[in-house]
Amino acid sequence: MSRQLLTGNGAAAWGARLAEIDYVPAFPITPQTEIIEALGGWIDRGEMGGRMVTLESEHSMITAAGAAAATGVRVFSATSSQGLLHAMEMIYTVAGWRAPFVLVNVSRGLASPITLEADHNDVLAARDAGFLQIHCSTCQEVLDSVLLAYRLAEHPRVRLPAIVNLDGFYLSFTREPVEIPDPACVRGFLPPFDAENIRFRASVPESQAVAVLSGAAYSYFRYETHLAAMEALEAYEVVAEDFAARLGRRHPAVDAYRCADAEYAFVMIGSFATKARDAVDRLREAGWRIGLLRPRLLRPFPVQAMRSALAGRRAVAVIDQNLSVGKGGILHAELASALYGAADAPPILASFVGGLGGRDIAPEELFEIARVLRAASETGETPPPRLLFTADELRETRKLQAIARVERHELGNRP
Amino acid sequence: MSETRFRNLKNMPSVHLLGTGTPMCAGCGGLEALHELYDVLGPRSVFVNAAGCMTLLAAYPFTPFRGSWLYTAMASAPAGAQGVRDALDILVATGRLPPEEDLDVVVLTGDGAAYGMGLSATSGAIERGLDFLYLCYDNEGYGNTGQQYSAATPRGARTATSLGPRGYPGDKKPLFDIWVAHRPAYVATVIGAEPLDLARKVETAQRLKGPRLLIALSPCPTGWDFDPRETVQIGQLAVKSGVWPLKEYVDGRVTHTKVPRQRVPVEEYLQRQGRFAHLFAPRRDEALLGEIQAKVDAYWAAVDRDADRVPSP
Repeated sequence: MSRQLLTGNGAAAWGARLAEIDYVPAFPITPQTEIIEALGGWIDRGEMGGRMVTLESEHSMITAAGAAAATGVRVFSATSSQGLLHAMEMIYTVAGWRAPFVLVNVSRGLASPITLEADHNDVLAARDAGFLQIHCSTCQEVLDSVLLAYRLAEHPRVRLPAIVNLDGFYLSFTREPVEIPDPACVRGFLPPFDAENIRFRASVPESQAVAVLSGAAYSYFRYETHLAAMEALEAYEVVAEDFAARLGRRHPAVDAYRCADAEYAFVMIGSFATKARDAVDRLREAGWRIGLLRPRLLRPFPVQAMRSALAGRRAVAVIDQNLSVGKGGILHAELASALYGAADAPPILASFVGGLGGRDIAPEELFEIARVLRAASETGETPPPRLLFTADELRETRKLQAIARVERHELGNRP
Repeated sequence: MSETRFRNLKNMPSVHLLGTGTPMCAGCGGLEALHELYDVLGPRSVFVNAAGCMTLLAAYPFTPFRGSWLYTAMASAPAGAQGVRDALDILVATGRLPPEEDLDVVVLTGDGAAYGMGLSATSGAIERGLDFLYLCYDNEGYGNTGQQYSAATPRGARTATSLGPRGYPGDKKPLFDIWVAHRPAYVATVIGAEPLDLARKVETAQRLKGPRLLIALSPCPTGWDFDPRETVQIGQLAVKSGVWPLKEYVDGRVTHTKVPRQRVPVEEYLQRQGRFAHLFAPRRDEALLGEIQAKVDAYWAAVDRDADRVPSP
């Protein structure tokens, strides 16, 4: 075991290296590229085994990843944002092949407008695809989650591909101290990939991913995939326990921070949850009974764990770093459906959207959210969903618009 | 071409490996070509398929193949072949798969995927030197959805989306030339109606490593509008009229493998097919018929000038 300063991307690459992957179909995209550069460098210098091939698109990359996994090798790949969306047809397709592999997504906002910094609309677009999803908030968690994801994805009762998500820039390019576990310990936790009956060889002809011609057959296989994903809830507990025993770190499906006696709670995923964690500490110092609930496992969605963690709270704020246009925060809707009808469910479930395209969420905004929760709890009325944006930001945006207008006028292109 | 075990039709495989009772249409020229290819290739293979008519060959729980199959998507079958080939190589290299368990990886797509949506994936696979065989069954339109025009549709053909008096206004994309421009190990045109030529080309392709690609013109009774019993005759006419030149690219040279010295007029090929009926009735479209014939004549005049044409640099 050694301790090093690693970026989130470096931690993801180390996770893949320690998982002793066989194959990396790759395609560069900001802010993910450092992952495949690191792996490519290690492979080229003989510091790790495996092969890397750069495809001509993410669509082809995910096809190759699924096809190689379906042939019986351990596969790793990584992408971001537009790349994940370009591959989306295959994200859905390969999940149904039941050939496990791990894909790291480095979250980045989606066009339009095109941008580089993080939010979660990219990875949440893959929410319904059949990939398991683990969301990280620190670089250590990234490394550990890649290993957890392999073990979970390859679990005999699951056998589905998994996405490990980290935020572009905030984690991908931020160095944190990361413990790199001893390879022998990792081998104990993650044995070599057993392809079971999903593979190709001459003596045992196999037809994979064939068409079905009836709704009944289609439903059967779709339900089977769903039930396999649900199996991952229980499997995760076993896998995370074994990880803690062998590697010494606990990564629960739902991370509850100072929730035990909390009247109020923030619910967040990703690196910005560390901002909420800090806000919780500061609010606690000021006498608030408030906590942070952070689902790491988003698919399968840990409904029971979320229900019991939130039971009896006065008010909960879901802070979504994504926006379902025409609806609102995606996590808020997920949680509302999980809590509806549950005994002792919190009466107030408020929705806030912020952090789009890497926009910061300041401590003052989190304090304000806490105040909104308390006010709502007192009146019993759920506040309307709120899109976080400050007067300063509006003024800055107006300045840009003014420049654009002046320039257009100067150039004589006045509409 | 090197020494062949297919000197005449008597040498052709007598055992047919592809099962019967598939949902392909009666008289499918693509299935004819696939049968012939599979008999030579054998079942130690995995077919990586893209969306098209032949996706329905393997419909749960049936398959006509004795070997393996993987359906991918319309655009990325060559990338699927990359993943399978690389994984097999890794398994053999690390001693996890005995070499005798290895498989030939074969991409199987229609023209819709090969000429259009899948061209980028094919280009990538060739440039990476992927060791695979590609069979494109080319019925000159999006046949599985009712024969809309594709990038493979020839000038003048009526399709479900080119119903005007002059049919499809564009020209068939020169996929053979596009593939050859990548300098792969092998490219050939074939047709089921010339089984000896097809068998020899599959045999040649099998001897080589790297990207090996075949385009099979596939007369299509439903899409081209002719009686299924005429598939072979129409295929032969495609060759005799010079519309479908049989050729191969290997070692940097293009060779014509069956040159029709006495070419029959193109209209003998066209008038057998309902998709060209508007060229003949209510009155003959002399201009368009002349254009189509002139294009074929110009091609063969160029071939005569330079029989072993090296592809354009």
